Amino acid sequence: MSTVTQTPTAPAGQSAASTPALHIAIFLALLAAGLLAPFMLYPVFVMKVLCFALFACAFNLLLGYGGLLSFGHAAYFGGASYVAAHAAKVWGVTPEVSLLLGVLAAAALGLVIGSLAIRRQGIYFAMITLAFAQMVYFFSIQAPFTGGEDGIQSVPRGDLFGLVSLHSDMSLYFFVLAITLGGILLIYRIIHSPFGQVLKAIRENEPRAISLGYRVNRYKLAVFVLSAALAGLAGATKSMVFQLASLTDVHWSMSGEVVLMTLIGGMGTVFGPIVGATVIVTMQNYLATFGAWVTVIQGVIFVLTVLLFREGFVGVISKWIKKPL
Amino acid sequence: MFELLGIPPQALFGQLLLGLINGSFYAILSLGLAIIFGLLNIINFAHGAQYMLGAFFSWVLLAYFGIGYWPALIIVPIIVGAFGIVLERTMISRLYHLDHLYGLLLTFGLALIIQGLVRNQYGISGLPYAIPPQLAGGQNLGFMFLPNYRGWVVVASLVVCLATWFVIEKTRLGAYLRAATENPTLVGAFGINVPRMIMLTYGFGVALAAFAGVLAAPVYSVNPNMGADLIIVVFAVVVIGGMGSILGSIVTGFGLGIIEGLTKVFYPEASSVIIFVIMAIVLLVKPAGLFGKAA
Repeated sequence: MSTVTQTPTAPAGQSAASTPALHIAIFLALLAAGLLAPFMLYPVFVMKVLCFALFACAFNLLLGYGGLLSFGHAAYFGGASYVAAHAAKVWGVTPEVSLLLGVLAAAALGLVIGSLAIRRQGIYFAMITLAFAQMVYFFSIQAPFTGGEDGIQSVPRGDLFGLVSLHSDMSLYFFVLAITLGGILLIYRIIHSPFGQVLKAIRENEPRAISLGYRVNRYKLAVFVLSAALAGLAGATKSMVFQLASLTDVHWSMSGEVVLMTLIGGMGTVFGPIVGATVIVTMQNYLATFGAWVTVIQGVIFVLTVLLFREGFVGVISKWIKKPL
Repeated sequence: MFELLGIPPQALFGQLLLGLINGSFYAILSLGLAIIFGLLNIINFAHGAQYMLGAFFSWVLLAYFGIGYWPALIIVPIIVGAFGIVLERTMISRLYHLDHLYGLLLTFGLALIIQGLVRNQYGISGLPYAIPPQLAGGQNLGFMFLPNYRGWVVVASLVVCLATWFVIEKTRLGAYLRAATENPTLVGAFGINVPRMIMLTYGFGVALAAFAGVLAAPVYSVNPNMGADLIIVVFAVVVIGGMGSILGSIVTGFGLGIIEGLTKVFYPEASSVIIFVIMAIVLLVKPAGLFGKAA
């Protein structure tokens, strides 16, 4: 447990021939589970899990592979949910357009905040992203279109491409499943692209990556914007599921939650954040009646994970089977 | 009455004073963060929660034990500081060999626990804490009315900040501290117990936060979230000032408080975000912070 490495990583040995096959098998299993789940569980609950899984995976792209701890990812998640909800409700656009607008807004926000935040490193980076996210929060309280404390309520789900109605939970569910799996596959592709390899190099040894001629800051900014955009996709989708965009989604505690999900699932693993999001959302669901105790329990999990369980669930499994997951 | 730039002087100086008070808290808290960061290399996310604990314990002392403001000003920082030492010994010290970010995550978890427990016990509505009778009332300065207690807050925090600066920069103990910040191994080789110094430093930083909490109790309502909202602004203050210099933290803290107060007068809509805007500008112009050393 006493690793001195910068970030706990999956074991080396990327080239093990069976690894891609294993990953494909896991993705197929996830797809099967996703197709079966709404028939066994409450679809809205599963959709919530899916949205947070995508959010955590997007966050993990930045932390686990870029080595950058953003403590303000709620800004992109919540910002996109406001924009998508506003577009769907006030402008009356179709779902795919409102999602796209949400993603673009999150990416633009990520570009502005990211280009400032990457000017500092480590702890400062975390503090800067947190501070800017708080600025977005204050803006959301005051801005005329966010509805202040009420948020944007009864957002219409609309008809996909103007054709397919998403009003029933079931039809929306399969749309959300497609978005989530599509987003996670995109992240998987990014991680395993040459771009992703350079990111890992920067995470492991930034001065060396610079000396090899990589423009480190461009890579950092690119992954920051990608992560913000995907977090925005998750947030916009969530506003469609719950037909609500509210201050909860931009609050700093949301930024903390996504850190916790990634940490407990296993940062720097492909599937860890999905597990982490499932665990935390399920826990919140069952503990909802305990009110403020949820915060205490989350804090305890945070502390225990950092002290004793830094690899997270999937990180531990990955170590056992000696394959990156 | 004369007017200044179309603003009545009562409003102007009133907001300036409020800004100065906020600045006092920014200064004490960012000073504590900087001291802890210097030696432990972690950002103490629980700083806001410990500030809140300071305010809460002074309320508890008064409500349950009848112990008033003046003893609380001494007792509460000792209690909360001791609590901080326990945290440092049992948990934080296990993370020194890891990336600094784990310290941030751990203290974030601790902050959640502390806030959650206090909220469970006392709810989120604020608890009132009366201004001590010796400091009730105020002075009419002609151009404005100065409540005694607010003047005291500014003076007390200035004195504490300057005393801390003096100890760190001008005494032998402070010299050890600065040396250990630069090179703990070497200082340990000279026979100085560095782990104990780290422990006491964390305790002192936490005690500073608690002291600010006691000062804040009569000014703001005592509620579980009072620290969480403040600490994020203090992070921005720390980024603006840079954590390299003690005097820098103090000057930045007071300065930003005053700027925030002035913003409330001239452009109130921006007052909640002005510090973040300044942070963005500083990052563009001087990324290491106003008083920071370039990394």
